[in-house]
Amino acid sequence: MAIELRGVTKRVGGEIHIYETSLALERGGFNVLLGTTQSGKTTLMRIMAGLEKPTTGEVWFDGENVTGIPVQNRSVAMVYQAFINYPSFTVFDNIASPLKVAGTRKSEITARVRDIAELLKLSPMLDRLPNELSGGQQQRTALARALVKGADLVLLDEPLANLDYKLREELRDELPKLFADTGATVVYATSEPLEALMLAGHTATLAAGRVVQFGKTAEVYRSPATLESARVFSDPPINTASVEKRGDSIHLSELVSWKTPERLASLQDGRYVIGIRPYHLLPFGTGVKVVGVVQIAELSGSESIVRLMVEGNNWVSEAHGMHAYEIGAHAEFHFDPDRCLYFDADQNLIRA
Amino acid sequence: MNKTLNQRAWWLVLPVLLLVAFNAFIPLMTVVNYSLQETFGDNVFFWEGLTWFESVLKSERFHAAFLRQLLFTAMILAIEVPLGIAVALTMPRRGPWVSVCLVLMALPLLIPWNVVGAMWNIFALPDIGLLGYTLNSMGIDYNFTQQPVSAWMTTVVMDVWHWTSLVVLLCYAGLCSIPDAYYQAARIDGASGWAVFRYIQLPKMKRVLTIAILLRFMDSFMIYTEPFVLTGGGPGNTTTFLSIDLVKIALGQFDLGPAAAMSIIYFMVVLLICWAFYTVMMRNEER
Amino acid sequence: MARIELKGVRHAYWTAPGQQPVYAVQEVNQVWEDGGAYALLGPSGCGKTTLLNIISGLLTPTDGTVQFDGQDVTQRPTTERHIAQVFQFPVVYDTMTVFDNLAFPLRNRGAPESHIAERVRQIAEMLDLENSLKNRASGLTADGKQKISLGRGLVRSDVNVIMFDEPLTVIDPHLKWLLRSKLKELHQQIGVTMIYVTHDQTEALTFADDVVVMHEGTIVQVGTPVELFSRPNHTFVGHFIGSPGMNVLPCQLENGTAFYHGHAVDVSNPAPSGLDGKMEIGVRPEFVRFAADGIPVRVEKVDDLGRFQIVTVNHDGDIIRLVVEEGLEIPSEDPRIGFDPDNTLLYRDDWIVDGVAQ
Repeated sequence: MAIELRGVTKRVGGEIHIYETSLALERGGFNVLLGTTQSGKTTLMRIMAGLEKPTTGEVWFDGENVTGIPVQNRSVAMVYQAFINYPSFTVFDNIASPLKVAGTRKSEITARVRDIAELLKLSPMLDRLPNELSGGQQQRTALARALVKGADLVLLDEPLANLDYKLREELRDELPKLFADTGATVVYATSEPLEALMLAGHTATLAAGRVVQFGKTAEVYRSPATLESARVFSDPPINTASVEKRGDSIHLSELVSWKTPERLASLQDGRYVIGIRPYHLLPFGTGVKVVGVVQIAELSGSESIVRLMVEGNNWVSEAHGMHAYEIGAHAEFHFDPDRCLYFDADQNLIRA
Repeated sequence: MNKTLNQRAWWLVLPVLLLVAFNAFIPLMTVVNYSLQETFGDNVFFWEGLTWFESVLKSERFHAAFLRQLLFTAMILAIEVPLGIAVALTMPRRGPWVSVCLVLMALPLLIPWNVVGAMWNIFALPDIGLLGYTLNSMGIDYNFTQQPVSAWMTTVVMDVWHWTSLVVLLCYAGLCSIPDAYYQAARIDGASGWAVFRYIQLPKMKRVLTIAILLRFMDSFMIYTEPFVLTGGGPGNTTTFLSIDLVKIALGQFDLGPAAAMSIIYFMVVLLICWAFYTVMMRNEER
Repeated sequence: MARIELKGVRHAYWTAPGQQPVYAVQEVNQVWEDGGAYALLGPSGCGKTTLLNIISGLLTPTDGTVQFDGQDVTQRPTTERHIAQVFQFPVVYDTMTVFDNLAFPLRNRGAPESHIAERVRQIAEMLDLENSLKNRASGLTADGKQKISLGRGLVRSDVNVIMFDEPLTVIDPHLKWLLRSKLKELHQQIGVTMIYVTHDQTEALTFADDVVVMHEGTIVQVGTPVELFSRPNHTFVGHFIGSPGMNVLPCQLENGTAFYHGHAVDVSNPAPSGLDGKMEIGVRPEFVRFAADGIPVRVEKVDDLGRFQIVTVNHDGDIIRLVVEEGLEIPSEDPRIGFDPDNTLLYRDDWIVDGVAQ
């Protein structure tokens, strides 16, 4: 089902929770809402579901205005961060519940529940109660319940956040495949950029109640429309600094400068902002050299994450291999100026 | 969070509203009506204005009943709240004895109130009651039908027996909601049992305690059935609490005007004290 | 400061009479050196919290002994073991100020007020709490409250070990690294033994000098983060550490050479001849490369994660993952892969083949 939000805002009391938003999601697509906590992801999902009414604006499903229609009458399924299951029903009954409410025939219920349970590896647990299951199994039950409903819109609100990180990886792999076959439109909220990248599809970056950018995940990542979009889509945070273009060279400071890349030759002289991804700032290599004061170095057996102060900016370097530093030491780092993102004074991306 | 509005639910409430209006609101208005007028029956009314209110507030009899009531409520709260907390603390929170304890605690609450009064009446009779006979045979001069002190003691003990369980169950629920980690941390910090009570259990029970105290205050301030069945308000009028006095005036003497005025005053007093108490407790919590 | 030794520790929770006991912890023998920074890493249900509670004394093990500096403390209660513990959810005394919270353990032990004031100030400074000392503890943010929990442990100078039970659970994800590195910094400053229980490999590998990996009640490997990454003793360790985890593929042993579906694979730990059992090769996705003369595969998925790409390929039903650098062209025609022999390991019955009889 194609979903469209037209001019939707949400105001609670005196506060604006969602600024004017217009979004169009294709039928059958996998869409990620990426943003930190309190950025409006959950509110937006609740408006799509019909659990909340927008203060202004409309919600359209497949060309029909559904703004006033309550959630029971929309074809929606939702999975939450906390594993929500009926505590007194067995796994089988939990999964069967939406079908029972819809009045499906008993034989059909049994067949469909068994199919879905097989898909989610729950077959040996059909007779158990939710509190006898592990966290991962409980969430699988909630997912099964959402799947079996066959809803046109499936909303997942950070469903993996309460799981062990390895379990998260496993389920994350399975999720897009599970829902792809049903043809449902999926909206998945998360605060981890890595999850958005792994789930692919389309991503909307959100910050403080605004949808900053929406598009194919890879494009939003590689070409963030604004500095804010780049920030949301980066963990550890993207390295930024104010630079000045003087003719054919760009200056970070009096000591650090490099030749203006070809594609930016026609830019006016003046102040701009660069964005360097942490994994492009390395303790080795060629390219522009900067010297920073190491604040914290975290080594994890295969990667080194070093936080340092460079020309008054808090920067982070993410490098492969183990590179140890003393706190307070001066260290050299390198980055390739061609790989930087350049933003103008309004924080919009300067494209080639 | 505002859900999509579904106004149709109000229709379901309508029958209840009508019922409440019939059973409570209209009678209340009737009382207000009576309190402002004089009547001798036959629906003949003479406007008296605030005369009844004045006379009630000035009457010695009202003051005496009011003071008795205050004393009773104060004694009840002073005994039942600490006792309830203490019992709740000793009840097990896990294991097979939990259900046994909960049932034992619930039993006194299930007995109809006039049966409670009757039970204690017989139990405390000085000649044939188990308690009365035992006390007298131990040398204590005990007769609740004739001695004011014995009557008071018996009434208080009866109420404690009847209602402490409510405080216990509420506090127990509050205690059960404290996560284990708090107790573990306290053990690690070397806290004594008293410190655990003061810094962990009591603060966490605050909400439930507020409700328990509020409930016990209201119920004990308005108590009627049990003391009426037990002592009838006697000996003399030593255990005539406010509600018993009110009924005597209204039904005994058929002075509807003063009785109605007294009811309104009674109602206002309870409301005022509850409001004041609640505000103080809530303000403490916000701080 | 203490050296903690666990000998033959096993623990089964309450078992109904007549039933076989189910051991949450099976046969643990482990030494925790004085002043070490340890992480206890494993998925939920592996027994790590049980082990933590056995060390702290909140649980008495069904079998085995716990020794602190050579003294048997198995039966001794928590208060006598002089430990500190930071829980998953911040435990603070809401009615007290930050200062009183930190002073609480010292006051319980009857220390003089002047000593208490000095010590509390010292610890508050270490934790960046010196400006909040007069505030009510209930008003602090989650990480502030966790710091108070930690501070209550640090403030006592007789602490043998500080234990952390998934302490970053309630911390805002973007601020986790702050508290993580503060813990590491504190360890370097104070040098008290620290045991950090978690299921998150980043937390474990960045904090600890030695990581103890648990799986289904047993310790499968103890090592430095580098060792765990490059030479996992058990296929579980290979799978659990690393994102994505190690590729584990079935293989056959013929005359000492490993064969994967007929292709010979060089391993860095070749087996002595005559070895039998379930043989597998383990190779991390970082060490699988596209090689023109390698094993033919079908490319199923390419995930662009910015820093690198994860390529999922399929050979004969086996799913293999590669981690390749940003921007690398994935061969579209006849893709073939090869394994880096220096980082391919041979496993027998899930355990690494040492060249020594298992």
